[in-house]
Amino acid sequence: MKKKIIFAALLTAFVALSLSACKSQAKDSITVFNYSMYIDPEILDQFEEESGIHVNYEEAPTPEELYTKYKSGAISYDLLCSSEYMLQRLMSEGELKEVDFSSFENKDNMSSRCMEMCKDIDPEHKYLMPYFWGTVGILYDPDKTNGEITSWDSLFNGEYSGNFIMQDSMRDSFMVALKYLGYSANTTDEAELLEAKELLISQKPQVQAYHVDEVRDEIIGGNAALGVIYSGEGYYAYQENDRLKYCIPKEGSNYWIDCFCMTKDCKNVEGAKKFMDFLCREDIAQKNFDYVCYSSAMNSVVDNYSDAEKNFPAVNPSDEELKRCEMFKQLPKETTEKMGEYWKELKAR
Amino acid sequence: MGNPRKVCAYPYIIWIIGFTVIPLGIIVKYALTDSTGVFSLYNILAIAQPVHLKALIFSTEVAVICTLICILLSYPLVMSLKRLGYMGKRFSIFVLILPMWINFVLRLLAWQMILSNNGLLNALLELLHLPTIAIANTKTAMMIGLVYDYLPYMILPIYNCIDEIDDDLIDAARDLGANGFTVFLKIIFPLTIPGLLSGIVMVFVPSMTSFVTANVLGGGKYQLIGNVIEQEFMTTMDWNLGSGLSLILMIFTLISMVFTSGNEEPGKESAIW
Repeated sequence: MKKKIIFAALLTAFVALSLSACKSQAKDSITVFNYSMYIDPEILDQFEEESGIHVNYEEAPTPEELYTKYKSGAISYDLLCSSEYMLQRLMSEGELKEVDFSSFENKDNMSSRCMEMCKDIDPEHKYLMPYFWGTVGILYDPDKTNGEITSWDSLFNGEYSGNFIMQDSMRDSFMVALKYLGYSANTTDEAELLEAKELLISQKPQVQAYHVDEVRDEIIGGNAALGVIYSGEGYYAYQENDRLKYCIPKEGSNYWIDCFCMTKDCKNVEGAKKFMDFLCREDIAQKNFDYVCYSSAMNSVVDNYSDAEKNFPAVNPSDEELKRCEMFKQLPKETTEKMGEYWKELKAR
Repeated sequence: MGNPRKVCAYPYIIWIIGFTVIPLGIIVKYALTDSTGVFSLYNILAIAQPVHLKALIFSTEVAVICTLICILLSYPLVMSLKRLGYMGKRFSIFVLILPMWINFVLRLLAWQMILSNNGLLNALLELLHLPTIAIANTKTAMMIGLVYDYLPYMILPIYNCIDEIDDDLIDAARDLGANGFTVFLKIIFPLTIPGLLSGIVMVFVPSMTSFVTANVLGGGKYQLIGNVIEQEFMTTMDWNLGSGLSLILMIFTLISMVFTSGNEEPGKESAIW
């Protein structure tokens, strides 16, 4: 029996070794970690072709999963793309490396509006390369609503009972309720959270469904009149049906920015910089925007917005609309737990 | 290690150790500790919290209903399969298995399109001048999805059993004056119990935790114990609690398996493969 175990262990070790040997053989390569569906895959091929650097590309669906996978250390990443609150956490843990953005050929293409958004986290612009940004809002079909939608109130006053979709995401749904009540989306106040929970519970019988990716398709398909949605998804829906409208409610909402950054263990600094620089190049940024649909952080793309894009708040919200919005902060563990408990309670109703 | 047959089993053993035993060990470790790594039974006892208990009871309820519907649908189908010729049987089984070649989530999304308010089903009803129905994002839609998904796992083991029943047995019973119902009750049903039991295990256990079905077809409004565990792992990032609840579920599963396999005669076990 012992022999068998040793044999098994040896075989496992052998397989693991040969696998890792395969990886280190690639001559010039970088490992990039990004959200799912968050880059035009053709860009990766084009980069490899032009620079000769092979890109190992990894994906995660949410910031939390990205963080967990990164922290487990199973794969050593050179570059990663995540959202501001997660980047802040990584930075405070000393996980990021400074990048000399002044050496970028396309450095001027990075939008100052987006750099401003990162100011709280990266005041001297040493770590983060803004990539895409967006808001949370309501996508609606004006043919099915009584006029224009301007407020979260439409989701709570019973007017569209059974005809709207909420986000199946704890943080986003609580954000909607908290903002509607006039509180901060980052509140740690138990009474405010409790009030938001009660509001969401009273809303549940009116909710047609809690969805994530399907919100877009349900609105396009006409199965619901309104839905809470991320701006990029909203813009995608608008491209399918240009009658659809997107609104950032007057009570305010959430906005975020996703940035690329270099990890502290980055092995191929030059290659990683080349990749970031490549993403800032005008033609690449345009191609990427056409695929991803979120608001671009590149000047060239913003300048090239069509009139329709300029006037569509999911792509190009006004400063005034943005002022109402708030970025998420990493919540203390107790608050996350409390919110998780409330969310389960809501779902169990 | 002279026996070459045993050597052939090594990849399987490595697979099981690497992807079942070790992960299970990790889950047990997470379940029995708190976030600082100190031994604690909190995560196990958390199942007694009303929210978790409610999810567990609801899951059991859903799983029982799903299993019963599967049984009720399987027997008539399997009985009629038995009457078909060789090619007919092969073809019917092939048709049953065919959807399994397509990804499970894709099939659920297809169901979502069929059942949605402006979906295919309602379009068909309208075409026939019948009143439309609004079952999208309801418990009914979720049950349809679950039954659709797990029905083959009930049909196939029962079919295996029923196919082995000698026609002479049935003819003999008929000769002795048994009517169709008696034949079913006294001959067919008892002889298919091993298949039925493995069918129950294969339908009951996964339908308790099928959180994707609950999310996609139930519109995220129904909470199975699987949804709770998913939330703990993916949203709240409380892996300890998630593991504790998973462990409880595993124990639950084991109990149901002991209960069903205890009735099987040795050597008469049936499986779909």
